Amino acid sequence: MLRAEGIIIDVPSWNDTYEPVIGLEVHAQLLTRSKAFCGCSTQFGTGPNTNVCPVCLGLPGALPVLNRKVVDFTIRMGLATRCTIAPRAIFARKNYFYPDLPKGYQISQYESPICSNGYVELESEQGRRRIGITRIHMEEDAGKSIHDADADTLVDVNRCGVPLMEIVSEPDLRSPREASLYMKKMRQLVTYLGICDGNMEEGSLRCDANVSVRRKGETTFGTKTEVKNMNSFRFVERALEYEIHRQIDLLERGEPVVQQTLLWDSTAGEVRPMRSKEEAHDYRYFPEPDLVPVMVDDPWVEEIRASLPELPDERLNRFVREYQLPQYDAGVLADEKDLADYYEQTARSLKSTNAESYKLASNWTMGDVLRVINEQQIAARDLPVSPAALAGMIDLVVDGTISSKIAKEVFDEMLRTGEGAVQVVERKGLVQMSDRTALEKIVDEVLERNRGQVEQYVSGKKQVFGFFVGEMMKATKGKANPRIVNELLQEKLGARTK
Amino acid sequence: MRSFDDISAALSEHATTCENIIQEYLATIDARRDLNAFLAVDAERALVRARQVDEKRMGGDAGPLAGMVVAVKDNICIKDWNTTCASKILEEFVAPYNATTIEKLSDADAIIIGKTNMDEFAMGSSTENSAFGRVKHPVDASRVPGGSSGGSAVAVSAGMCTTALGSDTGGSIRQPASFTGIVGLKPTYGRVSRYGLVAFASSLDQIGPFAVTVRDAARLLQAIAGHDERDSTTAKVPVPDYLTALNRDVKGLKIGVPREYFDESLRNDIRAAIETQLDILRSAGAEVRQVSLPHADYTVATYYILATAEASSNLARFDGARYGFRADDASTLKENYTKSRSRGFGQEVKRRIMLGTYVLSSGYYDAYYLKGQKVRRLISSDFERALSEVDVLIGPTSPTTSFKAGEKTDDPLQMYLSDIYTTSANLAGIPAVSIPCGTDGNNLPIGLQIMGKQFDEETVLRVADFLETRA
Ligand SMILES: [Zn+2]
Repeated sequence: MLRAEGIIIDVPSWNDTYEPVIGLEVHAQLLTRSKAFCGCSTQFGTGPNTNVCPVCLGLPGALPVLNRKVVDFTIRMGLATRCTIAPRAIFARKNYFYPDLPKGYQISQYESPICSNGYVELESEQGRRRIGITRIHMEEDAGKSIHDADADTLVDVNRCGVPLMEIVSEPDLRSPREASLYMKKMRQLVTYLGICDGNMEEGSLRCDANVSVRRKGETTFGTKTEVKNMNSFRFVERALEYEIHRQIDLLERGEPVVQQTLLWDSTAGEVRPMRSKEEAHDYRYFPEPDLVPVMVDDPWVEEIRASLPELPDERLNRFVREYQLPQYDAGVLADEKDLADYYEQTARSLKSTNAESYKLASNWTMGDVLRVINEQQIAARDLPVSPAALAGMIDLVVDGTISSKIAKEVFDEMLRTGEGAVQVVERKGLVQMSDRTALEKIVDEVLERNRGQVEQYVSGKKQVFGFFVGEMMKATKGKANPRIVNELLQEKLGARTK
Repeated sequence: MRSFDDISAALSEHATTCENIIQEYLATIDARRDLNAFLAVDAERALVRARQVDEKRMGGDAGPLAGMVVAVKDNICIKDWNTTCASKILEEFVAPYNATTIEKLSDADAIIIGKTNMDEFAMGSSTENSAFGRVKHPVDASRVPGGSSGGSAVAVSAGMCTTALGSDTGGSIRQPASFTGIVGLKPTYGRVSRYGLVAFASSLDQIGPFAVTVRDAARLLQAIAGHDERDSTTAKVPVPDYLTALNRDVKGLKIGVPREYFDESLRNDIRAAIETQLDILRSAGAEVRQVSLPHADYTVATYYILATAEASSNLARFDGARYGFRADDASTLKENYTKSRSRGFGQEVKRRIMLGTYVLSSGYYDAYYLKGQKVRRLISSDFERALSEVDVLIGPTSPTTSFKAGEKTDDPLQMYLSDIYTTSANLAGIPAVSIPCGTDGNNLPIGLQIMGKQFDEETVLRVADFLETRA
């Protein structure tokens, strides 16, 4: 969880007689093949207003029919967050007018959400924290309004009816850092469960925050504001930092916090109020009469429970057990499903199945693999070096064919060309020199060429030993087996010292 | 008025063809344009279809409704036809798809002749609320045919088609059937697919048949009933063979008479007409007994709270943004909404949208909508209890016979009270049929209503058919 940032020591940048109280509402676009209430595909890229039918267009007379996968996916999240699953879930209409909302209402859930009363656990600066999940409910997405240069507004309804899951937390978060850790936890869970791609930039995972501040020790909540439009983990932190400062400044000046909805403007680095007419809705929720209540019986829940994939915490523990990895390594690797899968496939492709090889695979995954996917902003599964290829390279290191140093060069070449390790090593002649006799000859040459340094060594300046190792590597283009070079140098120099 | 039995006989004797039948109906429609029953008639399409069905009949593979000519209320979508709901806001709207009932009619080889006039968005009890002019009563043009499916009722009763589809949210099939002296059936909620029916109040709406005879109503119901994947509220209850249920025998049946429907406010001629029918049932061996529906007084109020609440939401989609009428002088989004909707909707529709918006608003929801839902459950259990003691309930369909146009238009409450006996079947989700039972002093038809258990259209139709043959 702590990832590469190291240990977090988060000293609040605000007046610490105050305490922020934060709750998050997270929306996750579900990866079902068809929309929530019609058969239209959720895959786009075919131009605006093409994935539509009378139902998602809200044409007169059309009726919604629930896609059971939506329920299935939401229950998965409910189980992963230890929620109670309702035996009977009811859809409701949320009424408001907007051009990208063809029916004039959104089908959502109000009084009887499908999941409630769960929690997740985080490691934050305040230790292990349990964050309550108030509820998780199902709803449909709206379309997209596109404001073009001629001041016209165009509407693309492809996204209308795409299923969403809304996860509402308790106001248990106490810092922007905790809020972003919670958000990361949400992304970790939905991607592990395979129910959402977790992409915040593209909006398939989004969040709004309810924020208030109060003096430490107080038990009642202050007036809260809602902050929207935070589409990255960093923005979650920055927007909340900003808003907490703003609220504390108001209170310090003796002014009240006004309950309102605010938008995070990432360019300006500030939050600003939404125009008042964009809010102040009376949504007039009432039970959706076109849909019957969803009856969720125990066999269904148990079937879903049985099909749940391994979750991050379980996977971490298994990595420690099965691959004898240190806790830290297992934590970094299990953090993201994609990386964990990459590691696991690498580990399983190794010829040598011992703790040393597993650790080596872990080092490579946490090191170069993670570095490259971060630099290139790609998923581990899209890395040109496949897990099997990486395993092949590690095998060469383990059996002594190449040195660890050469391995770096081999990896970079594999990354560039997509070749296998054996190919690269053969093509570039990188096989490690482990032939004692041949190396002995080169050692003799090196010592011969550098008499001055040999004198120094003999007279007690032992640190020049490293110089000889470097010279050996230079002379062999890095291919010399370091272990044997070491042995030979110790042997020959030792003989001269005597 | 010809029944489908007459038509079938004539067709099988080669005395006529579907094409001829269409020609005759078209002539009648043309002759009675003054009634304003139809909003659209497509002679060409009907004739093409008639020739196809005639060919199929020759080949011996025509469907069960070959020769039945059907008029369709203009709130049911037919692909490539305008579906206006008798509203200016949908005047130009062409449906790009078929309602499930339309597909089923087509599969059964029924021929659609046109779309019928109605109260705008099915809101009304007189078919005076049409943006395209009121529908007139065939017996007396100064009177109303009832509503909201007034066009469908008149089309059947004036011989412009064999049967018709209407929709019934609070009596919109039964009351006009009663006013025009024909058979009108509201099926059990969930018996017939609502897919393609422009919603007024989703939890109450049902499509149902108008016909000259109970047998024809049964035939039409047979064709349109059943579970539909596209309507989650349709039930997976098997559809029985309705015609075989019409066995002309009521011996041993228990008939309940709700005492609340026969208090002193009931008009004497209507009371007498119904009692005559009860006597016929008694003498045929049925047992007639009084039952009670204690919450009957709250029916109309409950209905108007729940129906308007749902309507306010169902009609939100008509906002001028994507299809339908749009005000051309709006400069902001909000103006577009207010101007398009203010001009596109008629008075009664706006009244109901406002009522419904009010009862759902925060601060009023509990007192109105929620309480309405609770009372609805009480009303339903009244019927469950009564129908556990008897097989069907019988009473009047409407407190009056056809009234004069304009008589109640300024007094919505009086208009709403026209639905006093019909809304309960919608609230309870049970089947109910109105059949003719004599006429009043002005020669205007009186209607008798038979209500039954959920999904027991068989018994309701059986009693109706029995009374029809004894009349
Ligand atoms: Zn669709």
